[in-house]
Amino acid sequence: MTFTPRNLFFYITVFFSGTLFAIGLQISSMVEPSKVKGFLDISGAWDPSLALVLFSALSVFSIGFALLIKPRIAQNKPPIASDKFHLPAAKEIDKPLILGAVMFGAGWGIAGLCPGPTIVNLVHMDAKILIFFITMLLGMKIAQTLKT
Amino acid sequence: MIDYAHFTPLSALLGGSLIGLASLLLLLVNGRISGISGITGQLMNKPSPSNYWSWVFIAGMLVGAVVGVSANNLTAPEIDSSWLAVIVSGLLVGAGTKIGSGCTSGHGVCGIGRLSVRSIVATLTFLVSGIISLYLTK
Repeated sequence: MTFTPRNLFFYITVFFSGTLFAIGLQISSMVEPSKVKGFLDISGAWDPSLALVLFSALSVFSIGFALLIKPRIAQNKPPIASDKFHLPAAKEIDKPLILGAVMFGAGWGIAGLCPGPTIVNLVHMDAKILIFFITMLLGMKIAQTLKT
Repeated sequence: MIDYAHFTPLSALLGGSLIGLASLLLLLVNGRISGISGITGQLMNKPSPSNYWSWVFIAGMLVGAVVGVSANNLTAPEIDSSWLAVIVSGLLVGAGTKIGSGCTSGHGVCGIGRLSVRSIVATLTFLVSGIISLYLTK
């Protein structure tokens, strides 16, 4: 791969987006399993914070998508620093979608961790977070192997 | 009943906006969906020009995490689950996001933000499943 100003800009934006994403997870306290569990615990004292995180993330993303990205796609224009938009092609509500979401939700409710916060929390070098990360990768690997 | 003692509306709105902005940037500039489960899954594939960006995104996340931890003196969050619970939930989250093609970020933010019916259904499903799972295991 040769480095051109365009792909340098590509990777700088990817990196910056990752940085912003992680800081957003920290500021919103979504990196704390107790916060996530406080939201899922609707039978006890309910903490609605996660709903506001999702609401604000969705607001920014969906308005930006409608105003900036959708018109580009409609005009067959590529992303600013890439060749094409890599959007999921699947449209059908199928069994794997539901089964996977049920499994993911079950795991999410047990420990209060999902993939984003897990990555961010890796920097604490906490044993339980490391084990969660490793078993998560293992779960992905097992699911991939069974699929193929 | 709302738990006002733990409800943090302002930081939730600010943090969420940053997450939305990061996702918007990655799609508008790079044409990629910020689905963290999918990006993490790429780490197990052989590095190639088509997935270098996943490594760079994760590196950006880790640097952001370190910056945030030192700027705000954050400590490691309390994981009150047992070791068995950590292992079982790790396996479920990994396998579930792989089989269901996404997690909170990919389906919950990018998918719903594009008005994808699949993602709306997936998000409602894992929310309900998460509520039931927490209720049964707490």
